[in-house]
Amino acid sequence: MLEIKELRAGVEGTEILKGIDLTVRPGEVHAVMGPNGSGKSTLAQVLAGHPAYEVTGGSISFLGEDLLEMEPEERARAGIFLAFQYPVEIPGVTNAYFLRAAYNELRKARGEEEIDPIDFIDLLEEKLKIVKWEPEIMQRAVNSGFSGGEKKRNEILQMAVLEPKLAVLDETDSGLDIDALRIVADGVNALRREDRSVILVTHYQRLLNYIVPDQVHVLAGGRIVRSGGKELAHELEARGYEWITGAVEAVA
Amino acid sequence: MSAPFAEAFATFAANGGGKPDWLAPVRQRAFARFAEVGIPTTRDEEWRFTPVAPLSEHSFAPVSAAARPLAAAELTPFIFGHAEWPMLVFVDGRYRAELSVRPDLAAGVTLGSVADAVARDHPLVREHLGRYAGPEATPFTALNLAFVRDGALLHVPAGVTLQQPVHALFVATGDTTDAAAHPRNLILVDAGARASFIESYVALAPEARYLTNTVTEMVLGPQAWMEHSRIQRESESAFHMGFTQVDQARDSHYRSFTLAMGGAIARHNLHVQMNDSNVESLLYGLYLGRGTQLVDNHTAIFHDHPHCHSWEVYKGILDDRSRAVFNGKVFVKPEAQKTDAKQTNRTLLLSDGARVDTKPQLEIFADDVKCTHGATVGQLDELPLFYARSRGIPLDAARTLLTWAFAAEVIDEVVVAPVREELGRLVHSRLTEGA
Repeated sequence: MLEIKELRAGVEGTEILKGIDLTVRPGEVHAVMGPNGSGKSTLAQVLAGHPAYEVTGGSISFLGEDLLEMEPEERARAGIFLAFQYPVEIPGVTNAYFLRAAYNELRKARGEEEIDPIDFIDLLEEKLKIVKWEPEIMQRAVNSGFSGGEKKRNEILQMAVLEPKLAVLDETDSGLDIDALRIVADGVNALRREDRSVILVTHYQRLLNYIVPDQVHVLAGGRIVRSGGKELAHELEARGYEWITGAVEAVA
Repeated sequence: MSAPFAEAFATFAANGGGKPDWLAPVRQRAFARFAEVGIPTTRDEEWRFTPVAPLSEHSFAPVSAAARPLAAAELTPFIFGHAEWPMLVFVDGRYRAELSVRPDLAAGVTLGSVADAVARDHPLVREHLGRYAGPEATPFTALNLAFVRDGALLHVPAGVTLQQPVHALFVATGDTTDAAAHPRNLILVDAGARASFIESYVALAPEARYLTNTVTEMVLGPQAWMEHSRIQRESESAFHMGFTQVDQARDSHYRSFTLAMGGAIARHNLHVQMNDSNVESLLYGLYLGRGTQLVDNHTAIFHDHPHCHSWEVYKGILDDRSRAVFNGKVFVKPEAQKTDAKQTNRTLLLSDGARVDTKPQLEIFADDVKCTHGATVGQLDELPLFYARSRGIPLDAARTLLTWAFAAEVIDEVVVAPVREELGRLVHSRLTEGA
């Protein structure tokens, strides 16, 4: 599904990712962990095509296509979804309007008609159940005045509606209390399918108690310094990042 | 003397515009005042960024012949809300009963045309007309009073709630080149009364050149409530000069929404006079410019008494080589302690050629007050654009969406739902037109 090779990227001339290799197969959940400043969020943003990040080397292939050649909206239409670490507030546009506009763009890209507004309400009702929300939330402006937890839930709702092939969750767990964390995790688990992959970017092991990954990667200094199964996350939790990053520095 | 408008005024005064007797000297004095001050130049601080000199290059004059009959269908694009809403239609400045809607209103409510009221020597007109926005306010209020003949008259007596908004629709036909209309509206809302008033300025011919020089005088009694919407969508070759004077008594609530999207040169002054304490005034505005349009909003809020609250948000969206002017004055007198005044002006520039001149002007002479102001000028933020694109919305559509969002945020403040929806429809279609 996703094949990242020797990826180098940075912002304003500073290289942050210094050669990333990562392969994600359909249905897999990968956790990307690492200390602050390791490049986790940069990787997530680069996958979504954030214009501030410049790719200086390597390649990303998504479903056989060159992802780096695609505009952010083309990536979304190809099936990539980024749940933002800091979801953006859009005062003046209701959640319902925004989500329907996005949903219709994806339909158009598949050569389908725009959805009937009434049908969309039905669809929303189903999806709202996933994040345990009442329909009233859809009449509020996108993320505007939302609490941190509400913003993250809104990302999960969008993901549920847009049904991506690859979901990249950028620290969706940060700043959540245990109830919100469970709702977010349940939302992600409800969407797991054989043909849908997930990349969880996280600082803490906590989320991985609820969403069990197939693979865990540790990012440090812009490189993946260790990969393993889910037990790697537990080890990190017990021993801290120094255990790995210190060892890498010692070797280097 | 070949002063601008002199010939038109002579004709107007000669062919019946001078009646009734009490009004003739009012008009004469007003014209004398206009002739004295003349059309302002950009050397005048109040008109620094708004060159209205082109007004003297044309012979704008009131249409003397009766305008042609209009089919109701011609007005359809400008009518909104409910069919039972009272609506006064003015064509090239003259009231047209056959196009208007005059349902039965609550007991004691007066609704009609100023011309009819003048003809019947209605005491309200004699007492109030020209009293609040007189010849001294601006050269154009003087000119308006000199040519005063018609407009909307609404009086809501004490304690009455007007259930339906009143819509005054001013239609420019463009049938006569350089037609001038000088409507003057008089809106009186007595103690504890509640009403909503909408004035719209529209054109049948989108390219017509004409002058609308309009004044609205509004007087709110104690505890009165008013939502005043002003929709200016003149022809983009027209000149629009507007002046609104609002006088507020104790505990009254005034909220206004001003949409300015028409005119080659369009100016609107909104002056709010707080005549007692605990007055609340909410001023919302939205201006849209494209081509070479110039849209100018001047507001002035006079905090003369303590414990008053004013809240002002004006936003603009400028494309092509359009220009906008915003000037927001807030005067706080020494005795106006506990004044709470906030002013915000934000302009979105969609092209490199667009520009805005914005000037907050706060003059505060009381010490225990909370007064703030802020002005921003800029382009769409990158982050929301990326956010929308990351959800599959193409760049152009994302830009339109966020521009719409910028406008919708202030439109959302309109209380009367059908008015809010109409404003939304107008702005949304304008923003998607160029796309």
